Amino acid sequence: MVALPTTYLRKENAQLIIAPLDAMTVIYHRRSGITHIVADPVPQILASMDAAPATASDIVQRLAVLFDVDDVEVEDIIAARLEEMAELGIVERVRA
Amino acid sequence: MNVDGMILAGALRRPETTAAYDADAWNALVSIARAEQLLGTVARRLSGIAVPPEIAGILNEARIKAEYQRRAALWEADCARRALANIKGKVVLLKGTAYAAAGLKASEGRHIGDLDIMVARDALPAAEKALVAAGWEWVKPDPYDDAYYRDHMHELPPLIHKDRDRMIDVHHNILPLTAKPKPDAAFMMMQAVPLANGLSIFARVDMVIHSAAHLFADGELDGGLRNLWDIHCLLDEFADDDFWSELHARAVHHGLWVAAHRAARLAHRVYGTEIPSGWRRQHWQDGHYIKRFTARDAWGRGTRPFLRLLFYVRAHWLRMPPLMLARHLWIKWRR
Amino acid sequence: MHEFRVQVGPAGFRIGSLWEGPIRTLEELYRDYPTPTITDYSVRLEAVSFLRRFIRPSVAINGDYMLPDAAPLPLAHALLAAEMAMNVQMALGWRRHLLLHASAVEKDGKALIMTGESGSGKSTLSAMLGHMGWRFMGDEFVLLDLVTGEAMPFPRPISLKNDAIAAMQAQVAADRFGPRMRGTPKGDIRHLVPPYKAVQSMGVPARPALLLFPSFGFDAAVRPVAPSEVFARLTQASTNYVALGEAGFHALTGLVKDVPARAIDYRNGDEALALVNQLWDALA
Repeated sequence: MVALPTTYLRKENAQLIIAPLDAMTVIYHRRSGITHIVADPVPQILASMDAAPATASDIVQRLAVLFDVDDVEVEDIIAARLEEMAELGIVERVRA
Repeated sequence: MNVDGMILAGALRRPETTAAYDADAWNALVSIARAEQLLGTVARRLSGIAVPPEIAGILNEARIKAEYQRRAALWEADCARRALANIKGKVVLLKGTAYAAAGLKASEGRHIGDLDIMVARDALPAAEKALVAAGWEWVKPDPYDDAYYRDHMHELPPLIHKDRDRMIDVHHNILPLTAKPKPDAAFMMMQAVPLANGLSIFARVDMVIHSAAHLFADGELDGGLRNLWDIHCLLDEFADDDFWSELHARAVHHGLWVAAHRAARLAHRVYGTEIPSGWRRQHWQDGHYIKRFTARDAWGRGTRPFLRLLFYVRAHWLRMPPLMLARHLWIKWRR
Repeated sequence: MHEFRVQVGPAGFRIGSLWEGPIRTLEELYRDYPTPTITDYSVRLEAVSFLRRFIRPSVAINGDYMLPDAAPLPLAHALLAAEMAMNVQMALGWRRHLLLHASAVEKDGKALIMTGESGSGKSTLSAMLGHMGWRFMGDEFVLLDLVTGEAMPFPRPISLKNDAIAAMQAQVAADRFGPRMRGTPKGDIRHLVPPYKAVQSMGVPARPALLLFPSFGFDAAVRPVAPSEVFARLTQASTNYVALGEAGFHALTGLVKDVPARAIDYRNGDEALALVNQLWDALA
């Protein structure tokens, strides 16, 4: 049996207030009242997401339109960031 | 000026009477309400009523605090929901977080501290494991306290989340196992009502019964005015033709009729809650309870120390059989 | 209880004391300040126990808001106890502004805000600047308006420690100082009443123009501080950022985006003052 890749979604866009400062971006999460300080590529990942579930590889393809993403490990990096954001409750993990 | 906690009860019961306050009365109200953690509730009750500008600023601050606590409490409940998604049976929110999640009047401006939840007793080990896996940690590593909780209490020893620094109490009943009344926890769980997010809250009569049990049996009557305000709001919101007989029957079933009846009577006397006329006859002890609830001076300090001590000993008595009480107090004093 | 009321910036305090002495000292120290009738917070200087009211009297620090582990102080340090209790009320209670643990001075309607660890010299620097042409706004808390972003003064008596006491005594008349408290947990402490005009204009805000992170004990140097680092440091320096939620986030990101920030190192007061003036002049 092959495990399906995990999918993620951004439930309500209005829940996040995103303020880019420099190499870092601060994100205020309205529902929890918690502020997160994040680095690239988290803001880009969030910008590419919406209410439709997406896998890490979907997001790599979306980012590839806008940026050079020739790094072979990019999908692993994005998958790791998505997991972290799911733990923090910023994005929702959709169970297959 | 001879002031006690009745000034707070009066402001909550009839907000318009604050029009007669002088500066001393306002200062006493603010300090007593802060000590009883009821200033946010006062702020809600007084919204739309003309107050001095200094008081408007203080009440606005109390509203900001209550809003923060509500948001943090609901988020903490959501974190627990995600952590406990795979355990068997319902996860029931208790007390303040339940009122907030259900949008009840009792939650308006209310102080909410720790997260209290209840799960079925046989789901307790799984719940404990799931919470620890999601980042909650033990608060008290003390082996005596730990054994005390597990053997005699109705909850796990408190857990605190390592990143968010918020406490969770996981109950499997609403009273300690050593207490005389033995509430039917399984029935409470069965009757609990699911919310849209998958968590549950108690049925309305059980909510009142839990609040009443909590008011008298669990603790030393600290925060009595706040707990009694919860009861006032719940009764006020739930009252309809069937409610009172349902409440009576369910309270009898759980062995908590005395507590539920006394809570309703005291709410009627302190906050003017509408209760059935047949429920209103005073008990000789009611006056003592009211004196204990309102034992504060104009600086918000606890007064009536002897009455406090009496209730302290009594609170432990209610929770534990006498021999065990002696042992517990001995171990607590020795350190 | 003996009672004393005082208005500091936007906050009114009611201080009750079991002993009369501390109330007299407070009245003397706050003689330039207005007296409110309705107060925002109550503070209580009480005996630790009934016996300790008389024998080696010890002051418990209580009030509307309390720290569970606040250690009592000897009666000789009652003034310090009162100041600490007032700080606790602000730190745990105040929600009408974004509260920064910082000092501030004003010139031409613009505010210089200094923040750093205890020992960074931010308090002493604000006292020195406040006596040389700047308006003293506060040495403990800066209150940022949640809508306009302006800084509101909170000009309490300045708490001078150890060497700073002699440095200021050389410049300011003796009758502006409170009693010297020896052997407190932070060494010797003596309060300095701010210049009269600072108290008189404590309702007048100023727009933040420069943010400094001073460090005492290093060779003179100036470094820019990245906005994200400023943001992170100020969340640490604020006691109510988290509790203010979205309003706090907007106020803090606004400050970080609009106001230049520098870290300065210095070895003595003259060096620090020269750096401050140089950076301030470069703004214009």
